[in-house]
Amino acid sequence: MSIRVRSTAPTDEQARAALRGRPAAEHKPSENVARPEGEVAFSIADLNLWYGAKQALTRVGLDIPRKQVTALIGPSGCGKSTLIRCLNRMNDLIPGVTIEGSVSYRNADIYGSDVDPVEVRRRIGMVFQKPNPFPKSIYDNVAFGARVNGFRGNVDDLVESSLQRAALWDEVKDDLKKSGLALSGGQQQRLCIARALANNPDVILMDEPCSALDPIATLKIEDLMRELATDYTIVVVTHNMQQAARVSDYTAFMLTDEEITGQLIEYAPTETMFTQPADQRTEDYISGRFG
Amino acid sequence: MSAAETSAGTVTLRAEGGVARRQAWSRASRWILLGATVLGLVVLVILGIDNAIVGIPSLDWDFLANYPSRFAERAGIRSSILGSVWVLVFTVIFAIPVAVGAAVWMEEFAPRNAILTTVRLNIANLAGVPSIIYGILGLAVFVRLLEFGPSILAGALTLALMILPMTVITSVEAINQVAPSIREGSLALGATRWQTVWHHVLPGAMPGIMTGTILAVARAAGETAALIMIGAFTFIAFDPSLSFGGLLDSFTTLPIQVYNWTIRPQPEFRANAAAGIIVLMIAVIGLNALALVVRDRLRRT
Repeated sequence: MSIRVRSTAPTDEQARAALRGRPAAEHKPSENVARPEGEVAFSIADLNLWYGAKQALTRVGLDIPRKQVTALIGPSGCGKSTLIRCLNRMNDLIPGVTIEGSVSYRNADIYGSDVDPVEVRRRIGMVFQKPNPFPKSIYDNVAFGARVNGFRGNVDDLVESSLQRAALWDEVKDDLKKSGLALSGGQQQRLCIARALANNPDVILMDEPCSALDPIATLKIEDLMRELATDYTIVVVTHNMQQAARVSDYTAFMLTDEEITGQLIEYAPTETMFTQPADQRTEDYISGRFG
Repeated sequence: MSAAETSAGTVTLRAEGGVARRQAWSRASRWILLGATVLGLVVLVILGIDNAIVGIPSLDWDFLANYPSRFAERAGIRSSILGSVWVLVFTVIFAIPVAVGAAVWMEEFAPRNAILTTVRLNIANLAGVPSIIYGILGLAVFVRLLEFGPSILAGALTLALMILPMTVITSVEAINQVAPSIREGSLALGATRWQTVWHHVLPGAMPGIMTGTILAVARAAGETAALIMIGAFTFIAFDPSLSFGGLLDSFTTLPIQVYNWTIRPQPEFRANAAAGIIVLMIAVIGLNALALVVRDRLRRT
């Protein structure tokens, strides 16, 4: 894998030289970034990311609160999926990715040299845009994470409690042997959430978890997110502003304009963001004038 | 706009002009393509019938159960059937782990760079190398250098080398078919790359790998040139022994036996050769059918 990771803002001569000639380097980060109250889960500072020579995130910095729901919104190509995938090092899997800046999780540098991405991903679970259950039984889907992580305990109980937390138990308890692929789209997505919960993570990242689902299934997932937020930190990418307004405590608005790709425009408590946006572009976007 | 206006508000939807021409060409192409298919089949059927007329009279239990003989009516293919089975079993044992391992490395672990592209290209080229070249390699390396002699072991290793490129390519294709979202899901749960390969990629790729393997074995089953090159005998009047020492026994295979009989002047031996071909064809068609069944079975579950 050809990944080059710098865990802190570049200070050495070489790194400065690398940044020269990139207009994005002169970009001034937005001032409309709120500091959330209470405990912080993720602290992101001056984060730049390139896919090959193409910049995807420019000087993004924000703090994501613990045990709350934080929504990342913005039009397609604004870098919100890229940003969420930085939080559990899923971007590592893409060849040619360069990351600069820092992402720390409860004071531990996620991109530190002694950090193992497998350990990061075990603690920080993820649910994807398209439900991706394994072509195995419902039971095996939920038990997989525990098995690969060397779980010593009652797997039956773990499967039951995880499915219950994901509000899927009552629908599947009689056919745990059935293939995960036989479920409906909404059930599959809840199965993927149960699968993530079985790992006993601290955080659940959701990358547009409802975009492939019908409105009723979407509502169920949204209810679930609110419920899970009492115990877990949840970060959700969505292109649905109503969804962000319904489920999240904090909202970050990202944008790509002619010059700067993947910039953070505004970050605020969701209510403030949707009633009194500080930036004109935020207001234009949430009032549906573009995007 | 080919529908001519007849009167106000009424149209005819018959094919006219350009549409009619395109449709005529479409109908014609169907027959031309059918012809291409039939041509291949007809040649095969004629060859098969011709061969069956000559061979079927010689095909009986004695033919299957007897060792070779210098008398055509007593000669049989017992030792060549056993030799073929024995060589093919070890070919599979040697080739598959290496092929799957190479394919997994290329798809899941290797850095995507120029070296990998070169390796891929060369494997594709190796699949096109004539089998006699593998025979020469087998003779030099396995028979002489490693002193295995013209044995089952040397034969199996030579055939394993021969089918390796093809098996690697089909395994790579099969691994490619496994959805990237499955890998992401597994890695996001804190599985390592190896765990992802073991629990998700290999099970998902298994139907494709099995199909490719069976087809490669069918090809190895009909292989003559490479085995003659390493010095497989045609006159073997004993069964291969079921021991590790037996691996160093000399051997013959069905296609070699058939080849040997066809070059003899007596017409009785030609009949034997035809009968041997029938047995070989049934075996190869059986393997191909098995490949289809396996693929269907594993796809469904």
